[in-house]
Amino acid sequence: MVVPSLKLQDLIEEIRGAKTQAQEREVIQKECAHIRASFRDGDPVHRHRQLAKLLYVHMLGYPAHFGQMECLKLIASSRFTDKRVGYLGAMLLLDERHDAHLLITNSIKNDLSQGIQPVQGLALCTLSTMGSAEMCRDLAPEVEKLLLQPSPYVRKKAILTAVHMIRKVPELSSVFLPPCAQLLHERHHGILLGTITLITELCERSPAALRHFRKVVPQLVHILRTLVTMGYSTEHSISGVSDPFLQVQILRLLRILGRNHEESSETMNDLLAQVATNTDTSRNAGNAVLFETVLTIMDIRSAAGLRVLAVNILGRFLLNSDRNIRYVALTSLLRLVQSDHSAVQRHRPTVVECLRETDASLSRRALELSLALVNSSNVRAMMQELQAFLESCPPDLRADCASGILLAAERFAPTKRWHIDTILHVLTTAGTHVRDDAVANLTQLIGGAQELHAYSVRRLYNALAEDISQVDEEEVLALLEKVLQSHMSLPATRGYALTALMKLSTRLCGDNNRIRQVVSIYGSCLDVELQQRAVEYDTLFRKYDHMRAAILEKMPLVERDGPQADEEAKESKEAAQLSEAAPVPTEPQASQLLDLLDLLDGASGDVQHPPHLDPSPGGALVHLLDLPCVPPPPAPIPDLKVFEREGVQLNLSFIRPPENPALLLITITATNFSEGDVTHFICQAAVPKSLQLQLQAPSGNTVPARGGLPITQLFRILNPNKAPLRLKLRLTYDHFHQSVQEIFEVNNLPVESWQ
Amino acid sequence: MMRFMLLFSRQGKLRLQKWYLATSDKERKKMVRELMQVVLARKPKMCSFLEWRDLKVVYKRYASLYFCCAIEGQDNELITLELIHRYVELLDKYFGSVCELDIIFNFEKAYFILDEFLMGGDVQDTSKKSVLKAIEQADLLQEEMGLA
Repeated sequence: MVVPSLKLQDLIEEIRGAKTQAQEREVIQKECAHIRASFRDGDPVHRHRQLAKLLYVHMLGYPAHFGQMECLKLIASSRFTDKRVGYLGAMLLLDERHDAHLLITNSIKNDLSQGIQPVQGLALCTLSTMGSAEMCRDLAPEVEKLLLQPSPYVRKKAILTAVHMIRKVPELSSVFLPPCAQLLHERHHGILLGTITLITELCERSPAALRHFRKVVPQLVHILRTLVTMGYSTEHSISGVSDPFLQVQILRLLRILGRNHEESSETMNDLLAQVATNTDTSRNAGNAVLFETVLTIMDIRSAAGLRVLAVNILGRFLLNSDRNIRYVALTSLLRLVQSDHSAVQRHRPTVVECLRETDASLSRRALELSLALVNSSNVRAMMQELQAFLESCPPDLRADCASGILLAAERFAPTKRWHIDTILHVLTTAGTHVRDDAVANLTQLIGGAQELHAYSVRRLYNALAEDISQVDEEEVLALLEKVLQSHMSLPATRGYALTALMKLSTRLCGDNNRIRQVVSIYGSCLDVELQQRAVEYDTLFRKYDHMRAAILEKMPLVERDGPQADEEAKESKEAAQLSEAAPVPTEPQASQLLDLLDLLDGASGDVQHPPHLDPSPGGALVHLLDLPCVPPPPAPIPDLKVFEREGVQLNLSFIRPPENPALLLITITATNFSEGDVTHFICQAAVPKSLQLQLQAPSGNTVPARGGLPITQLFRILNPNKAPLRLKLRLTYDHFHQSVQEIFEVNNLPVESWQ
Repeated sequence: MMRFMLLFSRQGKLRLQKWYLATSDKERKKMVRELMQVVLARKPKMCSFLEWRDLKVVYKRYASLYFCCAIEGQDNELITLELIHRYVELLDKYFGSVCELDIIFNFEKAYFILDEFLMGGDVQDTSKKSVLKAIEQADLLQEEMGLA
């Protein structure tokens, strides 16, 4: 007994009843097995039902390729039900890539010539949906015949099939071009619409066709004018607009024909003005027509007045309560902003209003358009708006907004101070979204604007600490520590803070222990960059203290355009950081590089004279300057040769680190220009009791002959009382197979080494 | 021209797919998945247009169904909205107050109706009456020639 197969609707119900994906799969697999069996058995009665079920599960994402041949069988059947489902299956399952698709060509040919309209309709529809190039070539003659048949039902479909055929096989244009002239005289809207679509397709593909069809421009104008003035027709109107689909299609064709062609543009001028002014704009249908009209006006050689009218229509669109209309207006204005800049400028206030849109795709358009409208006369006002936008805009727009503002600022900045302000504001508001070179640009900018140093520093400092009335060392250190510890700081920010602390270590006169502590903590930080910095800085404290001052000195002004230079400027140029003035929990610290103290140095030149900076709300600055421990850079002390014997020399070089006046660093250098090596070299020293001496490990014990690598050794001498320096040296070494011992006091020690 | 039209539910279930440009099954699945994700992520008050890949997408939600069309750069978004609305009106007239279930259980009919309204991605008939009459006649022919 044959189990009756499930009806389509029953299967759908069963599938929908499945509670889990697995259950659904089970149901479907079971049914597909039945379907396969049924196909194998070749049951013609239920074939269409089986295929329909297969098409349903195919839509759910399951494989259905085994139904392809069944489509062919159904199409070939004489039953309309079969054909309907068969053709549907062909459209859904048959792919150009499979050879199987060619097999339906014959069926289609038969069906096209059968004369039963619904059947012809099916065949044409399928052909226009999935017809491959081969099929189109084969069946073009059949379709051509149907173009001029009496029945509008078939003709309209044949015309659109021709459109598809031309898309697939452009050469077929020669077949389908001739009938167009006659078709254009039809009154049936469907036929007209199809014809205009066909002509559009022909013109887009062939300049010759384009030239050919220019002569129908007057006829098109006539058709459109009739439509517009015809008045309401129940059958084709939407919201009081006569057949908007047809109007839009005609306008589009006119656009193509009028482009770069004075005469055609002239012919359509009046009509376009008429449509632009008379179309009812209360509903979307009218606006759709108006929109197409605007696009056409802007693309052809239209009169200036007409262009202004078009831009004004777009401006009105911007005020429409329908956000779809606002969207197309913004998009179109963006396209026009280059070619019709002044006309678009007139709508700037409305555009700026659109920045406040809640819909991100609209505010993005508004942003692009606003940025395009910035010029030197409106830059201040625009920047205000844009910066307000930056503060509240969605995160994915921040980066674009920030870079847009910065670019515009660069092009149109009225003053340097304004420019700096703008950049600072952008950085505080959206620092994380700003490109790295913005930072370098700012440092360069500030560096180059001497007169604004004080102002910049004040702004930066105020940005850094919300509420500081007195500045002293402790506060600065505490602030930087806070920045370091804040969980909101990015690693980059922390990096800058660390480096800033290091620089301060050479400039503040207090004990460096606090700084050293903080730095050493970061020696075990998880972030590799921070850890490396911390360890390097710690080493700087421990082993190379004498070099610390030199390394952390003020950087010279960097050249703007060198990417290398920028990197260095970023890395080692320091100072205070900008942090969020207001608590914005989602916004991590904006970080900024600026050399706070170096700017002070630069600005004031000689730091001993603070008063020439304004004492004002940044009175804090004066206090900072008042700190006595920023001494002038010391003059270098000349080297001293203290010993020479048989080609072996000993030199002393002196460094007085400026931040520590009690400290004297002496580096002894032993060189050997003789023919014999010096080995087992040991140097010992003694100083008066009031001084402290610390000998560090020498670089080695051997100086090879003939100018080989010298030995160096560092002496640290603490002389807090500034007692006169006296130094006794004892040297022992082997040279020319002899032991040498020399004890002597160093004479002629320079006064600068202890005063 | 219109490249394709999709109908899908809020839960991301596909209810209809009409492709007007030859695309492989695999590519179709990928595009459908991607586009559904993008459209379903849109908030209710956002505009009906978005840019996706190199196409423009026009979508509108009617009750629990999203109607989604992908059109090309020079196509008119606003008229596409009208197109979508016309299709919904046709379905509504045919099924009598159409709802998603009608389209689920009668998906072939939804295709047949669409195929009387659009062809190759272009509008074939701008008269609602004419389209509905054609469907009616086809349904009649189906009945005459045996049980559906």
